[in-house]
Parts: sequence; C-alpha cells; structure tokens
Amino acid sequence: MPPFQRFMQEHGDAVWRLLLANLPRQEAEDCFQETFLAALRAYEALSADANERAWVLTIAHRKVIDAYRARGRRALPMAEVPERAVPPPAPGGDEELWSRVRALPPKQRAAVTLRFVGDLAHAEVAQALGCSEEAARRSLHEGLTRLRREVTK
Amino acid sequence: MSDVEKVLERGPQAPAGEAARLARAVAERAAADGEAFAYASVESPFGPLLAARGPQGLVRLAFPEEEVDGVLGDLCSRVTPRLVEAPGALDPVRRELEEYFAGRRQDFETPIDWRLVAPFGRRVLAAAVAIPYGSTLTYTEVAALAGSPRGSRAAGNALGANPIPIVVPCHRVLRRGGALGGYAGGLERKRYLLDLETV
Repeated sequence: MPPFQRFMQEHGDAVWRLLLANLPRQEAEDCFQETFLAALRAYEALSADANERAWVLTIAHRKVIDAYRARGRRALPMAEVPERAVPPPAPGGDEELWSRVRALPPKQRAAVTLRFVGDLAHAEVAQALGCSEEAARRSLHEGLTRLRREVTK
Repeated sequence: MSDVEKVLERGPQAPAGEAARLARAVAERAAADGEAFAYASVESPFGPLLAARGPQGLVRLAFPEEEVDGVLGDLCSRVTPRLVEAPGALDPVRRELEEYFAGRRQDFETPIDWRLVAPFGRRVLAAAVAIPYGSTLTYTEVAALAGSPRGSRAAGNALGANPIPIVVPCHRVLRRGGALGGYAGGLERKRYLLDLETV
C-alpha cells in the first residue's frame, strides 16, 4: 500500500473541485480537511483493487451533506454563510451557474457534481448516493434540466 | 452537449496549487494529532536526510543516497501507510540536528521510537546512546553492555542496521585499537562525526 501522502496528492485536486462545486469556499476548505482526515482513518482498510477516486469522492460527498446539515442547525444560517458577504455573481458567467448548482435540491446537486465534476460513472454515482443507478440517472437528468432552464432564463 | 454541461465538465475554477496547500495543512494536522506518521527532508552537511517520526518519537533517519521511495515503502509495510509529508512535525528534530552539526548541541532530546529495531538490536543501540558525546567504545565493549560479551560481530551488525544514525550515535563505536570499523553511511561520514565531536 503506498503512503497516504501519495494518495492525497493524487486525489486532492478532484476532491477540491468537487467540494468547490458544492459549497462556498470557506466551507469547502473545512470539508477538504475533514474528507482527507476521514480517508486517512479508513485508509488501511481500503482494498488494493478499490477505485480510490470513487471512494474518496464518496467520502467528500458525505462531508458535503454534513456541511448542509450543519447549516440547517444554525439559527440564522443565511447570516453566517460567507458566500453572502460577497456580491452576487454576474449573470451569464460560470459563477452564476455554480451558485445555481449549489442551490439545487441535494440529490440533484450531488448527482450533477459527482457525474460532471467528479467524472464518476453512473454506477459509481449511484453507489455514492446509495440509490439505484436508475434513480441516480433520474436525479442527474432533473438537475441538468433545471440548470438549463434557469441559466437560459 | 449544452453550454451548461461544458461548464459543469470544466468544473469550478480553482487557482493552481490550492489543493496542494490544503493537503499540506491536512498533513500537519494529522501528524500533530498523532493520526499519521510524518516525514520530511532535513538539511545536513551530508545533504538532505529523510526523517520520519510518529507520536512516540523519531523512527527513521535516512542518508541522502537512500532512495526516498524505498525508505517510504519500507515504512509503509513495516510501520504504517498512514504516512504524510509534514515538515512542521519534524521541526524539533531539524533544530536539534542543526545545533548538533553547528557544534552547539551534544545530546539529542528528541524521543526515539524503537519499533524498527529487534530486541537485541535495541540493547546494542541503547548501549551506543549511553556513550557520551566525544568519547568512543569498542564493538566488544558495546556487545558486553548489550549482554552478549562474545557477540561483537552481532553487535556490529545491529549497529550497521541502526535506523536512526547520528541521533543514535552508532558512529561512536570503533574497533579495538581505534580503527574505524564500519559505517552504513560511509566511513568518511563516521570520521566527520567523530572529528565534529572532538572538543
């Protein structure tokens, strides 16, 4: 088994991009740390033939869920989310799309980001979401449809 | 493919090196919390040494000619694959080595993790650790201190396999009569260290 350092170097970028697609920067940074600390604790149990990237992106996906839950627990979530401190993105730019991605319902957001940003296969997305492949494809389709409608508006 | 899909596939724009910076912070935190073993390069007059430590102390110090991948692979299989590059975790060792090589330090205070050394080897290396700065013992004397008076060859082997040279001063063990004997890091380095310690 190679050193965890190599594992982190190899998958750091993919995890970071997935987290940035799902969360504002400050929360994404916290999740990056939590993702790799969780991966470190489970690293020795990772089997040699496992898909490392799908494994670590699944952990990252769970940390995103935790982050959104933690927001829900806060009394005045909107007042505390750092994203609100910066001006809203210019309409039509990439950043507008990403803020719409972050506003998708959780399943759709997860399916869209794991598939496109994480570049996972449909079966791997389904496994990460803990649902059937058909349900994962449906969430992806719904998410994409919604994004296209909102962006062309 | 729609524009939406193109942007999604390109992913959010992250400045280069950002993930690497975050990974460095994860490594330092994991090492500080004792969840991982840390390694880092440490400067020396011999060139960069590779140092590795766990929660209990320094476990390995490798000379520059030892291949980094080989040293790390060995630590992975014999200690743990939970191994991260965390220079901050090696700062105390770095500082002590720097002082030692500058002639400002005689004793290392950094704790030692002996897990890479078998029981007999530990007794031999413990005898070496007890030799004061600037003095020497013979292989036979060290063997006797390790409880094996006729085992000077075995003691020599244990000293040669010292995973933490310099800090565990196996260079202070010589042949009877003062000949250098052997040194895993090369005899020039053994000579260098002995000269350094000559006050």
